[in-house]
Amino acid sequence: MKVHAPATVNEACEMLARAAAEGRTLRPLAGGTDLLVHWPSKSAAHEGEYLDLSGVSELRPLVWRDDALVLGALTTYWDVVREARVAAELPLLNAAARQVGAVQIQSRGTWAGNIANASPAADGVPVLMAYDAGVALRSSGGERVVPLSAFYTGYRASVRRPDELITAIEVPIRSRDVAVFHKVGPRRAQAITKIGVAITRLAGSGADRWRIVANSVAPTVVRCREVERLLDSGARITSAGGFMPALQADISPIDDIRSTAAYRRTVMGRLLYHSLLGACSSVV
Amino acid sequence: MACEDGRAMEVRLTLNGKPVRVEVDPRERLLDTLRYRLGLTGSKEGCGEGECGACTVLMDGVPANSCLVLTAQCRGRSVRTIESVDAKALGPMLASGATQCGACTPGVVMTALWVKENPGLRDSHTLRELMAGNLCRCTGYDGIIDGLHAWVESDARSGGAA
Amino acid sequence: MLPMHRLEGLAKLTGAERYLDDEPIPGCLWGMTVRSPVSRGRITAVKFDPAIDWSSFIVVDHRDIPGPNETYLIENDQPVLAAGCVRHVHEPVVLIAHEDRRLLRRAVAGVKVEVDPEPPVLDYRVPPRAEQVQRGSDNTIKSLRIAKGDVERALASAARVIEGEYQTGAQEHIYIEPNAMAAWVEGDVVVVRGSMQCPYYVLNALKHALGRDERRVRVIQAPTGGGFGGKEDYPSTLAMHAALLSLKAGGRPVKIVYDRDEDMAATTKRHPSRVRHTTGVDADGRLTAMKIDVLLDGGAYVTLSPVVLSRGIIHACGPYFCPNVLVEGRVVLSNSVPYGAFRGFGAPQTQFACERHMDRVAGAIGMDPVAFRKLNLLRDGQTTATGQTIGGISGGTDRVALLDRALKLGAWEERREEAAAFNLTHPYLRRGVGVSCVWHGAGFTGNGEVYLDSKVQVAGLADGRIEVRAASTEMGQGTSTVFAQIAAAAAGYDAGEIVVATPDTAVVPNSGPTVASRTVMVVGRLIEKACGELKQKLGTRGSGLGVGGLNGDSLRRAIVEWHARNPGREPAATATFEPPPGVKFDDERYVGDAYATYAWGACVAHVEVDLRTCAARVLDFASVQDIGRVINPVLAKGQVQGGVVQAIGWALLEECRFRDGAMVNNQLTNYIIPTADDVPPIEVEFVEVPYAHGGGGAKGVGELPMDGPAPAVLNAIADAMGREVGADPMTIPMTPERLMTLVEAAEGAHGV
Repeated sequence: MKVHAPATVNEACEMLARAAAEGRTLRPLAGGTDLLVHWPSKSAAHEGEYLDLSGVSELRPLVWRDDALVLGALTTYWDVVREARVAAELPLLNAAARQVGAVQIQSRGTWAGNIANASPAADGVPVLMAYDAGVALRSSGGERVVPLSAFYTGYRASVRRPDELITAIEVPIRSRDVAVFHKVGPRRAQAITKIGVAITRLAGSGADRWRIVANSVAPTVVRCREVERLLDSGARITSAGGFMPALQADISPIDDIRSTAAYRRTVMGRLLYHSLLGACSSVV
Repeated sequence: MACEDGRAMEVRLTLNGKPVRVEVDPRERLLDTLRYRLGLTGSKEGCGEGECGACTVLMDGVPANSCLVLTAQCRGRSVRTIESVDAKALGPMLASGATQCGACTPGVVMTALWVKENPGLRDSHTLRELMAGNLCRCTGYDGIIDGLHAWVESDARSGGAA
Repeated sequence: MLPMHRLEGLAKLTGAERYLDDEPIPGCLWGMTVRSPVSRGRITAVKFDPAIDWSSFIVVDHRDIPGPNETYLIENDQPVLAAGCVRHVHEPVVLIAHEDRRLLRRAVAGVKVEVDPEPPVLDYRVPPRAEQVQRGSDNTIKSLRIAKGDVERALASAARVIEGEYQTGAQEHIYIEPNAMAAWVEGDVVVVRGSMQCPYYVLNALKHALGRDERRVRVIQAPTGGGFGGKEDYPSTLAMHAALLSLKAGGRPVKIVYDRDEDMAATTKRHPSRVRHTTGVDADGRLTAMKIDVLLDGGAYVTLSPVVLSRGIIHACGPYFCPNVLVEGRVVLSNSVPYGAFRGFGAPQTQFACERHMDRVAGAIGMDPVAFRKLNLLRDGQTTATGQTIGGISGGTDRVALLDRALKLGAWEERREEAAAFNLTHPYLRRGVGVSCVWHGAGFTGNGEVYLDSKVQVAGLADGRIEVRAASTEMGQGTSTVFAQIAAAAAGYDAGEIVVATPDTAVVPNSGPTVASRTVMVVGRLIEKACGELKQKLGTRGSGLGVGGLNGDSLRRAIVEWHARNPGREPAATATFEPPPGVKFDDERYVGDAYATYAWGACVAHVEVDLRTCAARVLDFASVQDIGRVINPVLAKGQVQGGVVQAIGWALLEECRFRDGAMVNNQLTNYIIPTADDVPPIEVEFVEVPYAHGGGGAKGVGELPMDGPAPAVLNAIADAMGREVGADPMTIPMTPERLMTLVEAAEGAHGV
């Protein structure tokens, strides 16, 4: 195992660039809460090469800009839980953060790591996507910001190039009149999501106001664009079943160790229906 | 700075208030460094997957599972383990039956200590939510929650935090 | 007796208590196990990766076993290491040791066990095909039967007959300290030290497989981080494995510490069960006939299954009177990990079925579930299924009064009314209440305690303190503390002047296994007797004081003086178990006094179900029990609260998922036990009726708390759901997925 410990973002990007040029896999490491699970028996991972970001202090802070909250790549869930202004202005981030594992995981796990790890069950991603977050990717060649909703290309795959580092997540601050997050896990705390859904609606009028983002029901965290269209169209939905045709197009849940496809589909419909019933009377 | 397989790397950190320098294998977890290199066996391995919390330590003052931390990542950090906790402070936990088999207990105490030392947490979280990262199979949690409650209250009565 | 804190409590709270893996052992090797990859078949080859230099490893297989390749227990059918064939996934085949744990892990991965597969039994409920039969004619491990009256005639003449089928799943113990054991050789003695409940079980297993007598084997218990039955018989396997590796390594210490995933996949679990009830009642709602069919999955080897079945069927009728009973029980072999001891030992399974069924019977005849129970609860003078008359020492508190107290503690009436109102208005939450009444026989079944012939020794130390020597282990339940309290009371000492010896077979006599809720009641009583003997000895031979006159200070002085007169020796007394007078059981016919006495309990659960997810959550829980005299209120309450939460986990969350016979959710991430945030405070009250033959007047407390919660919770779910959607849950764990299926079937698959 090789651990590289850069002190700056530039240094980190250079290391990634070199590794990419030489065809070596260099895996960025933040809190380690995914990588180190069952670590002693993961002998293949012991042979890997890692970019330990823990010494890159410029990646740490959470910063408020006028128009956005910027989470540094090392911002943890606990950093967000502690930040009172998040609960007031971007309440779903707070709601999601405090439902990740328990404090022991919240204190180590990072939002950027959650995005990069690209698990379909990622708990931090639905709320970020529902807030139209962008992912800042830096390489020695420069920086680009990719909308999180365009970040994933398939199961555990993303547009991030091997020479790119996630340096920040930008969460635009916009006025929303609906904001709901549900995490359905096998228990109330310390749980991996069986079905999760984040729901927002931009305040005001006009098209493209709804964001419905689900996890653990598709190969990636997924925006339910058919459901969004249905809601944007102003259709009246009078039962959980009313969401099913749109959901059929949006999600593709499977039977796995944690739940069943049928359960996931049913619960998605019921959660949408009851959430919108409570949050938005125009649905019914 | 880079480190090759098998070659020890030097890590300096603050452990229980004192500066410490350890030479570790880069693959080594903090839990293993504590237990097998430094003889601090109070932190336990209950699952090795960050689920049970028996290995909880405070990293820069906040609970973390030491089974999910590479020692190499502790450079410059402050780590506090159960060995730093004064037995005299734990009367309320003893009286309430917070420990039975004791395997989860050091982790429970570290999280409880953090709750006690940060009174503001209780404005936003319940004690049960704060303790949810420490699985216990013996007590059903009442002994732990009651003890922590009494511990917190005893502090409030004596008018100050530790 | 003064209230007393746990003796080793501060050591545990500060992390100073040293469990096996906390103690450095100089020169120690780590041991690991190579396991079967399939559930059944013939081993055709064991291949060692040629890329590994095996000369630096200690490698053991079945040919290294000096004695018979058998795990000594009820039947010696389980090999220590598989030879020729395997019967379950993860069955141990080869052992490897090395000083470097990382190299050891790679080496274990470098051994390939090749197996020619044979047809396994993966569902115990399905009768085996000929090619699946591995024992007798139909894989039956044991059949047992209890008969009373004429059940068929009573069913034929009953006003109503109600049937039901109930199932429970496997449950993992999840002691937080995984199994851990070390072995080394001192002179000619194999010494084993580790996490265990029953040192003498381990001793007997070592004697048998190593071909040694007890002078050449010694077993020492290390502080044990939880057991719940999971460290009753299984540690014998680790001990034999560690000892074999150490013997092959020339006596060097070898330590085996299971990873959590290995511990979950490869060790015993609670027996899955299917219980069928056919019940007759008369026009008033009195039970007239109970016909019960109990089927347990035993797994691949016999282990303790016959005794689990025995306790299961004896408790199958619950704490009710019924004149005509037929209970037929069978435990069958399957190709899963052997199922073994788990808190309650078969009784939670059969009482889940009984108590769920009682609610359904009451519902079917239009009776209130509480009124139905009160009508049928055992009164003093009535008989159990085995014909035991309840009353006197076997009785205790009035069962109806106990239920009333639980209803009060659990605010039964208020919550029931509140729930009804709440359910009318809430769009997707439903609340309900459920009750259960349970009993639990304390100590070994039937004549088991007589066969155990348990012994306890107490000795006066040179400084006047008294040492208690018993093989009963502290594993979190409080043995050491309560033993000190009992001895102190018997000697007139402060508990701080009592030394409780570490269970070490070279030092302590065999006081029997630490199981079956027997420790305080049976072994505690022996401590009292031994203390009495010691007083008598010193009183008659010593200071001139009369028999029984010694107590406290005078006893302490007598001990010190005795030592002064007899240098190098110690005054000691040993007590041996004798059954309470008049207790008789026919082991063949299952008639008579199945247990000398019983603990009684009643539970009330208040539950909320979210119709969006079908997740059920326990909002409030109350448990009232008669466990005789309560010796240490904090410890006793902790036993109840811990047992209740473990049972709530079994009822709602905990599911062992198997694929091709292997547990696939063998991680704490995917096998879900309750966190602090998943359960409410557990309200506990005791009704104290001293039991004359128990230590300090106590009966057993360890297992009763596992019996009542699951049916109370499921009854509450049925109450919450029943009125609206008719979902009738009869299986646990009642996971949200399972409940959703029931709801959808009941409501015809349209949304809510």
